[in-house]
Amino acid sequence: MPTITDFLAEPIARRALLACLMIGFANGFVSAFVVLRKDALKIGTISHSLLPGLAVAVLIAGLSQWSALTGAVFAALIVGLGSIFLSRTSRLDQDTSMGVLYTTAFAAGLLILKNLDVRQKLDEWLFGSIIGMADSDLWIAFGISAIAVITLTALQRPLLIYLFEPNIAASLGVPVRLLNYTTFAVTILVLVSSLQAVGCILSVGLMVAPAATIYLLTDNARALFWGGGILGALGSVTAFFLSYPLGWSVSATIIIVLGAFFLIAYTFSPKYGLFSRRRGVA
Amino acid sequence: MSMAAAHDKTKEHVCWGGGCEHTHHHRLEVVGLSVRYQEVLALEKINFATECGRSMALIGPNGAGKSTLLKSLAGLIPSGGGKILWRGRPLTRSSHEIAYLPQRGDIDWNFPITVRGLVEMGRYPNLGWWRQYSRHDAEIVERALASMDLGALQNRQISALSGGQQQRAFIARALAQEAHVLLLDEPFTGLDKPAQENLARLFKELAVEGRLLIASHHDLQTVEGNFDDVILIRRHQVAFGPVSGAFTPANIAAAYNSELRAAN
Repeated sequence: MPTITDFLAEPIARRALLACLMIGFANGFVSAFVVLRKDALKIGTISHSLLPGLAVAVLIAGLSQWSALTGAVFAALIVGLGSIFLSRTSRLDQDTSMGVLYTTAFAAGLLILKNLDVRQKLDEWLFGSIIGMADSDLWIAFGISAIAVITLTALQRPLLIYLFEPNIAASLGVPVRLLNYTTFAVTILVLVSSLQAVGCILSVGLMVAPAATIYLLTDNARALFWGGGILGALGSVTAFFLSYPLGWSVSATIIIVLGAFFLIAYTFSPKYGLFSRRRGVA
Repeated sequence: MSMAAAHDKTKEHVCWGGGCEHTHHHRLEVVGLSVRYQEVLALEKINFATECGRSMALIGPNGAGKSTLLKSLAGLIPSGGGKILWRGRPLTRSSHEIAYLPQRGDIDWNFPITVRGLVEMGRYPNLGWWRQYSRHDAEIVERALASMDLGALQNRQISALSGGQQQRAFIARALAQEAHVLLLDEPFTGLDKPAQENLARLFKELAVEGRLLIASHHDLQTVEGNFDDVILIRRHQVAFGPVSGAFTPANIAAAYNSELRAAN
């Protein structure tokens, strides 16, 4: 078996490492928003609905990075807006509508991809395939990460008020609707970029665990964003190096490593950990 | 200043940011205000006028529309008819001059924010998205913290405060916002006796500074002595006026007992 240095000499491995770094950072950064918004389950729902979007896009336009991206964004929009529409036009609430919509869409996606003659295996969409990244994939990941970090940083001031008091922020002059749409768009983009690294089933972990961990360590919401980004990148890169000698899949290792970080913070956080005296101050 | 002096009863606002001339009373006037939630009429034809330097209790049974009235004054709910005039002009919702203080239960106390961070949020209407947080802003925040006696607690996470301190932290934010009108939803709820008395004293100080306070309130025993005016509502307006004149047993009964009559 070649050593890790031999492995890193391969352009494919270097690209995968870079991708881990960027995708990990962007997802960790956005995870602060997801955690503060208490939206983890909704993200899980949307990430599952990306699959049928990919399938339909491949069916119509053939497999390319751009068709996959477009398809995923459309699917997220349809399930996201569709659930709002369903809940407004019936007596169901949005979570219920979403539960029905996304599982139906996911099942349809599975069937389409199974019956489609695509090079890419179904597993890679479900669980990611970071080793297979091309240069263009890397640029897309970089572009999306940059957009996410810049947008969320530029909007940080109104965004924090909005997250703290979604129903009241408007009285302070915060443009609530604009923030709603912008953050939704950023979240979807970052989610799509993470598909390649971790796939649509595990992506919710990458987009929740980093900031959930930092949340147990800090009282500073800004630290949640940057800390989440750093932890996401650190976890993904660590997982990359661990997965090679162990022969584990990179995507699963990323989520396991982030899960381990979380458990450590949950147990040992000085202020909000399991053994902390101050825990449960409410 | 000479104009202010001519108006001998005028109380000057404490407007820490400067740049505001207060030469006459600021008037808040509500004319025929109605609010609808889809088909349900939540508020009907509310009429009152008050001005800075006064405090007003908003009284009525559960579901009478107290929170709705406060929220529509804050511009958080669109009105379904009628007018809200502030200083003679229709109220725009993002005016920094109006501060809304939510009910305790509506706040996520675990949010990673310190007392100081919360008060700094009050500077947002003046700063917007990007303007630099200046020394001037820091001074205003400092004063707001000091006047609510929160200086020593400023680095605490907001859940690590007592109920009274939490209430004061939100008032400090309204002060940092340089609000003239404070709309408070059940500010006394959940506070112990000393904290309630402390808050009542603060209300008086804020009114003396020239601010207008409107607070929904459910403890009928403490209306007298703590507020100047009272408005009694039960979807429609039952009575409005100075506490001494409007807070009569007959009006209270009209606000609360119609419930019983309807049930019988």
